[in-house]
Parts: sequence; structure tokens; C-alpha cells
Amino acid sequence: MNPNYLDFEQPIAELEVKIEELQHVGSDADINIGEEIERLREKSTKLTEKIYSNLSAWDIVKVARHPLRPYSLDYIPRIFTEFDELHGDRRFGDDSAIVGGVARLEGRPVMVIGQEKGRAVKDKVMRNFGMPKPEGYRKALRLMEMAERFKMPVVTLIDTPGAYPGIDSEERGISEAIAQNLAVMSRLATPVLCVVIGEGSSGGALGIGVGDNLAMLQYATYFVISPEGCANIIWKSTDHAPDAAQAMGVTSSVLQELGIVDATIEEPLGGAHRDVDQMAERIRQHLVTELARLDGLPLEDMLEKRYQRLMSYGN
Amino acid sequence: MSWIDKILPSGVRKPDGERRSNVPEGLWKKCVKCDAVLYRPDLERNDDVCPKCDHHMRIGARRRLDIFLDPEGREEIFADIEPVDRLKFKDKRRYRDRLSAAQKATGEKDALVAMRGTLQDMPVIALAFEFAFHGGSMGYVVGEKFTRAAQRALEEGIPLVCFSASGGARMQEALISLMQMAKTSAVIERMKQAGVPYISVMTDPIYGGVSASLALLGDVNVAEPDARAGFAGPNIIEQTIRQKLPKGFQRSEFLLEHGAIDMIVHRNDMRDTIGRLLAKFTAHPAVGEVVEEVIEEEESEVVDPSTQDTEAEPLSGDE
Repeated sequence: MNPNYLDFEQPIAELEVKIEELQHVGSDADINIGEEIERLREKSTKLTEKIYSNLSAWDIVKVARHPLRPYSLDYIPRIFTEFDELHGDRRFGDDSAIVGGVARLEGRPVMVIGQEKGRAVKDKVMRNFGMPKPEGYRKALRLMEMAERFKMPVVTLIDTPGAYPGIDSEERGISEAIAQNLAVMSRLATPVLCVVIGEGSSGGALGIGVGDNLAMLQYATYFVISPEGCANIIWKSTDHAPDAAQAMGVTSSVLQELGIVDATIEEPLGGAHRDVDQMAERIRQHLVTELARLDGLPLEDMLEKRYQRLMSYGN
Repeated sequence: MSWIDKILPSGVRKPDGERRSNVPEGLWKKCVKCDAVLYRPDLERNDDVCPKCDHHMRIGARRRLDIFLDPEGREEIFADIEPVDRLKFKDKRRYRDRLSAAQKATGEKDALVAMRGTLQDMPVIALAFEFAFHGGSMGYVVGEKFTRAAQRALEEGIPLVCFSASGGARMQEALISLMQMAKTSAVIERMKQAGVPYISVMTDPIYGGVSASLALLGDVNVAEPDARAGFAGPNIIEQTIRQKLPKGFQRSEFLLEHGAIDMIVHRNDMRDTIGRLLAKFTAHPAVGEVVEEVIEEEESEVVDPSTQDTEAEPLSGDE
């Protein structure tokens, strides 16, 4: 099995191997096989389209967790310019599962806050696999309040398997840290745009996810408990995770219907990791458009709208 | 009804959640902690706290509000909010069926009961979670009822007290449940900005989404002795870190030591303690100093200071 492709993508992987082999043959012998390669490429595209037009909720969970899935630090330099990272919660430490700092979006100063899972093994360990501790949420809060003071919009990129379930996390008040963010974000007097770029897992995701606009990438997921966790509680076995994913409706299509998610940002064919630049550009366009829309509202109206929207959840 | 039922106090005939089948229904109840066999009327007089070992037994929402509020002038509010199965959630059973089973078993529509009443003559809005209903989990009804109760407290400028007991967000309402965390936290923040007091009382157990929203956002956070409270359940933590958890981890005493709560309050002292706190927050005279003539004016006085703030500038801190 090709690790760069998911289980349901293996037929695509086989085609891609063939294409690569042919390309090598092409450079070795001097025969014209361009046509054949072209034909296979077309076939591969069609196959990808077919597979991706019919993904189950569980398949999408896998795409959202794909090892090549772009993370916050892949997007930030592509969407923004002049990113200056800021560190620390001023109380306990710095949590690199959440990165944040000031940057520019089309020249305009913004505060960017994103959860970061880390790419290489060492990086993943350092970033605790994207599971923030209280100091991460408190750093995010500090930066958001700073953004409010300097009248900068806030952009959050959500991608976490959940807030860190550990002894130190509990000792330092992970519940309170998340709750405090929810409370303050509900009234932060500056535009707040949230985008789920990968995995939006429960309170750990929501802790940087309250704002004026919530968007999800097409193959991102957002859930109150991981499908495995849900399956474990209900079926007493993680084997039922696909059923749990289906039942909870973890994808943007369902969540948009429920009125929780405002927009779905389309991904390149085969997922964001197949073309990070294109994905970043689409996120950038979304942010610019939404920000312009919010600029048109008086601050009071924007805040009242944000509040009323929170109040409407579930109605 | 037999003759003995007629002479029993009401709580004995309809015991709350912790009923043990091995102890005959009626006059006796075994303490789950020290195994002492207790005479029910004694237990009831002691607010369902074991007279032998002080274990605070789990009690239902209505019993909770009953021992907390003044006996006169209570009124249940927002009782008509019904759960909705928006996702048509189905696992081994349909969520709809689970809901009706829970409704039948508890007599409640969902896991939160709200009342407007008085505490030592001060008007308050009090909420209590019904743990026997789906583990007190927070879905739409719990979030909505909490929010409406808080908005009512804001409008009237009277304090809100919430006794929580919950396993967390309700899975079967998926992201709608998660969003109730944001909703309840937002309305609490409005209370904070308006200077209307909110006291959160954590009772065993409090986890997940309720812990990470309304339970830890009180102006004052209180816990009953030995209550378990945390974000992640102990099993999840043990699986993640692959080590045994220290003794007393995630108990009230642990929360106090780590600064998450203000105080641990014995159930027998709950009324007096919260009464004293609220009287100070709302500039009421101390209990005992109140002479009879003052009592009548009291109600109108309470409404005054905070309503003005609430109405004029709900977002006063947003400049």
C-alpha cells in the first residue's frame, strides 16, 4: 500500500505508479509514449473525480487526517505576508500546538492563530501532535485581546485532535482556559474569522472557533467527540468509528445544512494536499471576501449579529 | 397506597437516582461510600448527605432546587422546551427512543430544570442538572434553557445559580451540542459585563463540554466535597499518558488546590453560603440584620442596580 494514498485511493496510486514508470521508459528509450501517458493521466483524474464524488463521512475523516494534509504553518506563509510569530501566555509558558502572530492579509494587519500538528516526528512531538494545553488557549486569548486593542481582525485556523488530555492540562485548568476563550470571543470587538482546515475535534477546536464566520474546507471535519471515541462509548469498539462518523454528521455538507457552518471552501481534486498553493489561494480569497463583508457593518451590529447567531444554535 | 407510604415523607416514596436494588425500597438506604445502612428520614433531613461519613449522595434536579430555594414563591420556568432529534441520530437504538425512555424514567423533558424563586428572600434564578437524564449531558435543551434563564436573570437583574452535574456534551446531538458551549458562555459573558452575579456549583460529576463552558465561568465557582470534575475523563487520560492517576485527581479538593474553584461547600451550608455571597454582590444587608419592615422593600431594591446596567449598555466593555 502506498502511504501517500489512503486505502480507498489505492486504485489511483496504482495508476500513478504506472504513469511514473512510463515516464522513465520514455526518457530511456526514444519512443513516443506521450499519448499513452496522457491517456493514463486522464484516466487517473477521472478515477479521482469518481472516488471523491462519493466519499463516506469516514473517508472524509481520513482525508482530514491525511499525513500529507497541509497544516497551519503550510498555509500561513502562502495566505499572509510578514508573519511575525508571537510566543507565550505570560503566565506559564509557550505552547507550540497553537501558533500565533501578526501578519498581513493583502497588506492589511491581521492576527493569525492556528493549531499546528507538526510535520516531521520531532516537530510533531514538540507540538504535542496539535493537542493544545491551557497555555495554548491562554496565548490565543492574549493575542486576540491584543488584536482587539490594535483593531486587527482575527483569523483562526482550526486543526486539532483535541485539547490535551493529561494531568498537567487538568492541573492548569484546561476547562477554564477553553471556557474563557468562548466567553471572550463571543464579544471580541473586532472581526473574527474561523476556518477548519483539517480536524476540528470538540472543545479543543471550539476554543479558538467562536467568531463572525465559520468556514470549513471541503474535506475537513468537525465533531463533538472523535468518531472513535463515540464508537467506543456506544458500541464499545472503535471498529464502529465509520458508523459513528456517519451518525454524527461530521462533514461540512451536514453542518452547513444545520446552520452551524457558513461556508465550504472547495478543495483541489483529491484533497488539499494535492495542491497546497491552490488551496491556500482559495482560503485567502474567502478571508478577503468575508472581511470586506464585515467591514461594511458597524461594529455594534457585527457584535449583535455574532451574539444572536450563537443564541440561535440548535433552534 | 399502603398505610406506611402515607406516613412517609414524600422523598421516600419517590427516591432519587441513586436507589440501590439490593436495599429494600422504603425506609432504609445504604451509603454507597461507607456501606452504612441509613434511616431514610434521617438522610433526608440531612440533605441526602450520609450522617456517618459525610458522603454527598447524588440527588435529582428537583430535590436539589427544593433544598436550595426558599419554600415559598417558586415557579418553574422554560419547562416547555422539547428536545429535537435534528440529526435523526441512530446507533444501536434511535436517539428518539432513547429520549422517550429517559423522559419516562425521570419525568423530565431533558437534563436541566429551571426555577425562579427566592433564596433567603432574595430573588434568584436557580438551575439544576438532572444527571439521571442521559448523564446530564448538554444538548440543545440544556443549552437553550440555561441561556434563556440567564437572559431572564439579566433582564430582571437578579442572580443566577446553577448546580451542574454532567458527563459533558450530548453525542447524539453532535455539533449542535458543542455549540451550546459557545452559546452558554456568551450569555454568561453578557451577565459579567452587566454586573449580574452568576454562581456555579459543581456537583459530582462534571466533565467535558459542561466543564469547559458554564461550570467554570462563575463569578464564584463552588464545588461540593469530593465531587469529580475535569475536562477529560480519567480513562481517557490514563490511556493517553499510560500511567496511573494520582489519588484525589480531579476531585473538588484538587480543583481548589489548583485554583479552579473558590470554595468547597458542604450541602448543609449551601443555602447560607450562597445567600451570604449573593447578599454582598447585590448589596443586601446581612442575614440577621434584616428587620421585618425592610423585607418588603427588599425585592424592589434587588432589581435596581443591575437592571439599569443591563438595559442601557449590554456590551459596555466593548469599546
